Amino acid sequence: MAEFCMPSLGADMKEGILVKWKVEPGDQVKRGDIISEVETQKGIIEIEVFTDGTIEQILVHPGEKVPVGTVLATIRVPGEEAKAPREERPPEPTFKYKFCMISAQHKEGPAKRPPEPTPVTTAGKRLKISPSARKLAAELAVNLSTVQGTGQGNAITRADIERAAEAQNAAAPLAPVKPEAGMRQAIATAMARSNREIPHYYLATHIDMSNTMRWLASENKKRSIKERILPVVPLIKATALALGKVPELNGFWIDDRLQLQEAVHVGFAISLRQGGLVAPAIHHADLKSLPELMEALHDLITRTRGGRLRSSELTDATITVTCLGDLGVETVYGVIYPPQVALVGFGKIMEQPWAENGMLGIRPVLTTSLAADHRATDGHRGAQFLEALNQYLQKPEEL
Amino acid sequence: MSKNEMIQITYREAVREAIREALRRDERVFLLGEDVGRYGGCFAVSKGLLEEFGPERIIDTPLSESGFTGAGIGAALGGMRPIVEIMTVNFSLLAADQIINNAATFLHMSGGCFNVPLVIRMSTGGGKQLAAQHSHSLEGWYAHIPGIKVLTPATLEDARGMLWSALEDPDPVLIFEHQSLLNMEGQLPANAGAVDIDRAQIRRPGSDLSVITYGASLFKALEAAEILAGEGIEVEVIDLRTLRPLDDATFLTSIASTHRALIVDEGWRSGGISAEICARIMEGAFYELDAPVERICGAEVPMPYAKHLEEAAMPQVEAIVTTAKRMVRSNG
Repeated sequence: MAEFCMPSLGADMKEGILVKWKVEPGDQVKRGDIISEVETQKGIIEIEVFTDGTIEQILVHPGEKVPVGTVLATIRVPGEEAKAPREERPPEPTFKYKFCMISAQHKEGPAKRPPEPTPVTTAGKRLKISPSARKLAAELAVNLSTVQGTGQGNAITRADIERAAEAQNAAAPLAPVKPEAGMRQAIATAMARSNREIPHYYLATHIDMSNTMRWLASENKKRSIKERILPVVPLIKATALALGKVPELNGFWIDDRLQLQEAVHVGFAISLRQGGLVAPAIHHADLKSLPELMEALHDLITRTRGGRLRSSELTDATITVTCLGDLGVETVYGVIYPPQVALVGFGKIMEQPWAENGMLGIRPVLTTSLAADHRATDGHRGAQFLEALNQYLQKPEEL
Repeated sequence: MSKNEMIQITYREAVREAIREALRRDERVFLLGEDVGRYGGCFAVSKGLLEEFGPERIIDTPLSESGFTGAGIGAALGGMRPIVEIMTVNFSLLAADQIINNAATFLHMSGGCFNVPLVIRMSTGGGKQLAAQHSHSLEGWYAHIPGIKVLTPATLEDARGMLWSALEDPDPVLIFEHQSLLNMEGQLPANAGAVDIDRAQIRRPGSDLSVITYGASLFKALEAAEILAGEGIEVEVIDLRTLRPLDDATFLTSIASTHRALIVDEGWRSGGISAEICARIMEGAFYELDAPVERICGAEVPMPYAKHLEEAAMPQVEAIVTTAKRMVRSNG
């Protein structure tokens, strides 16, 4: 039996509201399918499943707010027999840090006997709650596990839910009303933690962008306006490839050690019109061609602003790229998004006097900066990374 | 007579006025039954009608329920608008074959060629110490049968107004007049006339509990609601008025705002109309319920003769009050 849990969609997400199920018990699911939607401080996120199987039981219902790591549903993996339903709200798992990965637990041996049927209504097993109270609880996002029933046979009634909702609201007077406020809060928490815990070091260099810009201009001439590749795309690709040379910058600092990540998922900072930002992942940026990257970026920006991000995009980024050049910024001094260990910042590509081989010329110059976690890497490796990035940008045709 | 003039009238007189109006308005209408003429009706409903309308339109019959109900069906098929009176619902079982196998099926069996515009009135219910062969409430049973309508007028207005609408209906309509209501007296507009026969009515609005009832139990529910209001419990009392077709929209809507339902039915619990209402609530308002639906029904015994036993066998105000309190203020 595999468990589908409330994922952590950011370093400091503690809980989420299950908004919608896209599956029902009995439905077949495949790894990567979007099976539910969760509301977080970053808006409504589509949640993917990480295992193949059949939805066995749904344990958390729309409207319920549960801590990260709470089992939302159980999934029967192929070859496993149906089991008796478990109680609706399992004890909270001891959740460590990052995402709640789906743990496939094969507890029984292969020659197990069919399980004993368990009556669904065993005392204490199934929540005793009136249908109307359950509906109201979903509307008011009341956590049912804390509600004491006062109805017949101690069933939870509407009045109990109303009381619980009042208590819940009184306990959380700062509950975010506007999504922007929640987003601000999430950024505040993550960034405060970053500055508190991560010993940043900063490196910056000027990169001559002549080759890249020239190559892009000729390349874009062959393309329709819609298909044109923006300068940011080779920057992302070069970053991803440079990480191949300095892999220590691609990973997470968890449990006091660097956990390198093999796949390169570049988180791209996207500001939102209503304020705030998210940095969803462009998966396998190192393996995508420039046109593929352009398409991925376009899709990501559209969905980010439309509030249709997927859970994996919020959790998978292994490094973050920030571009503030459009706004005239020359140099970015980035703050790392924990538990990542590096952030690459790109400023404005500006025409500047450039001395080379005793000659002075005018070149498009880009100030590239690296903010990195000194626990994970040292300035030496950081410098090698920036140099690798520079080298890739000198040969754009190879990107 | 001014339009708003009210008159003091009993339920019995209201029914009589309804019959009289029908006899006057439509020459095809006639009354047929045991003792309806010279004796003035077993419950004195038709008193004076023989003198007023003559033996051709107020017809005394032998003790032969199957026979005269069949005669009524034949007359209806022949274009008349008969009102058949059966003394009590218990006796209607002798005419059950005519009602169920003939009246209710004729339209269907004739391929839609012949409808049966027949009205059958009968008394129902207990409370008058008439014991086990005259006091039962079998209207819920008839509500099981497709092809007929089942009316249970409780108020003076309905006693006065349902008959004409029933006669206008192209198909057989059964009207159940509760024995204990006949002497009920009250005010009715002098010009009261026909009323609809297909909708339930909220007789008292309330927010805490929907009491669904009909017939004589309506007044017990209203009395209980008054007592409960004194204790801060607001009960919505719904008079079903018609058991077939059942206007479930009215009580489902009510339950959507009260979230609790109590059914009060003088009929027996097992397989009764209360069970049907309960099932419709489960089908249509399950997610609105904040407590299990409860029922107060007639005890499942033949109706006792002894006064105290008869009272014990029927839903009473006290039981409604107690149950309503438990449902609304339940605490474990």
